[in-house]
Amino acid sequence: METATINNNFKSEEYFINMGPQHPATHGVLRLLLTIDGEIIKKVEPDLGYIHRSIEKMCERDSYQQIVHLTDRMDYLSSHINNEAVCLAVENALELEVPERVKVIRTIIDELTRISSHTLWWGVMGMDVGALTSYFYGFRDREMINDIFEETCGARLTMNYNIPGGLMQDIHPNFVKRVKEFIAHFKTKLPEYDKLLTGNIIFQKRTKGVGVLSKEDAIAYGASGPVARGSGYSCDVRKHHPYSALDKVSFNEALHTEGDSYARYLVRIQEMWESVSIIEQLIDNIPEGDFKVATNAVIKLPKGEYYQKVETARGELGVYIISTGGKNPHRMKFRSPGLSNLSLLNHITVGGKIGDLVATMATIDIVVPDIDR
Amino acid sequence: MTNQEIKELITTWFSGPESAHLEFTEEGSQFLNLSIDPEYLHELMSWLKTNNKTSFDYLFCLTGVDWGKELGVVYHLESTSHRHIIVVKVQTSDRENPVFDSVQDIWPTANFHEREVFDLFGIKFKGHPNLKRLFMPEDWEGFPLRKDYEDEVNMVVK
Repeated sequence: METATINNNFKSEEYFINMGPQHPATHGVLRLLLTIDGEIIKKVEPDLGYIHRSIEKMCERDSYQQIVHLTDRMDYLSSHINNEAVCLAVENALELEVPERVKVIRTIIDELTRISSHTLWWGVMGMDVGALTSYFYGFRDREMINDIFEETCGARLTMNYNIPGGLMQDIHPNFVKRVKEFIAHFKTKLPEYDKLLTGNIIFQKRTKGVGVLSKEDAIAYGASGPVARGSGYSCDVRKHHPYSALDKVSFNEALHTEGDSYARYLVRIQEMWESVSIIEQLIDNIPEGDFKVATNAVIKLPKGEYYQKVETARGELGVYIISTGGKNPHRMKFRSPGLSNLSLLNHITVGGKIGDLVATMATIDIVVPDIDR
Repeated sequence: MTNQEIKELITTWFSGPESAHLEFTEEGSQFLNLSIDPEYLHELMSWLKTNNKTSFDYLFCLTGVDWGKELGVVYHLESTSHRHIIVVKVQTSDRENPVFDSVQDIWPTANFHEREVFDLFGIKFKGHPNLKRLFMPEDWEGFPLRKDYEDEVNMVVK
């Protein structure tokens, strides 16, 4: 047929399509309203709130000890780090100094949490671009961390191990041994990750040059975590505002400047190596001492405002407490890394293909309960 | 810049700091706090972002607050080059129709965060291109995070 006939008979037109809320690539109940022209994306509009539980409203009802338990239902893959954010905010407000032992244990478990989150992300990332093997590799290694958590914290996912003033209980006698076993195991497995995906030419073609985010845009859209660091914006809270035992360890901030999906991928791979290094520096040097300091049964924060930021596996989590002096916060705000990271999705996927959107979504690594709260 | 230098610089931007209700405080917070008349909010925010000495280019937290009588918004700003932080606050006693200027043209990240504040507090943002509820269903009545919100389904027991 001549071109003119084709143009007359086959008109290109824009139409809407729903991706989610039950789509496997949306990692939870997120609905994306796509405006597409053929395979080309014209607009991506996230529809949120499917699992909005109003955690911030519940906080206004609860005591500070109770609030800690709500936070691991936000970003459930960083539950220990979320708990720590609230505990640190409360401890700073009370000017409470926790024992060194608590700080070191918190940091070790933080980094185990980060590895656990990143291995899950790595497995799902492969699956999203069609490589199913990575899923099993990732879950195999994650399982060992979950076992460590189960033994010491009593739970595998929502650990609730932190309390204002310290830890719920002391570490299990097996903790040090099992962490060392895991580290030895994981150091032989991480190179396998590189063999399977990082150096894979098909994988590279799916991710290089896809979903490019400039450093300026990363800052303007409030990006944080590996998403921002893949664009060259140095924003690691662990470096800029160290907390717990992070001032005692040396590690490099993973930074790449390309800003594409592959750069975000490399940042997370490097972060796993850095987390391994942090744990190695601390695991033989857990100080003796108490695992908590006593607080009042009813914690009342002095009148004022408190802000604590921590680096979760997804980026910067901010806890903002406005206290009027009572036993509940007047207002509690969680600045979730996911909401800001998601807000730039439209910006970096417009003009690309639907398949690229899936690959880009995977490297943004959102957890929907963290966004909806 | 130190908090004192930021304070002095911002004061020079306003011919009459009293008329803009410019108030600084460091009490009860680890950051420098600045409250301003909502009328001057957008002007101040543009300056904070574009001025080379302040260059607050990273809006990392945008919070709606119900102070009881007044409704307000709190902006946490950081400069990625100077690494200093400032907190800007606005408030209004108009609970029927609270309106502030949108800052999403200055920091695109404010787009979603302002929608969240509109959703949960009913605060409107003038100049926002797509101001609709973010989490709650569109036909939801009332604004859940307001202190006078009546929780009829009893989901969050007081």
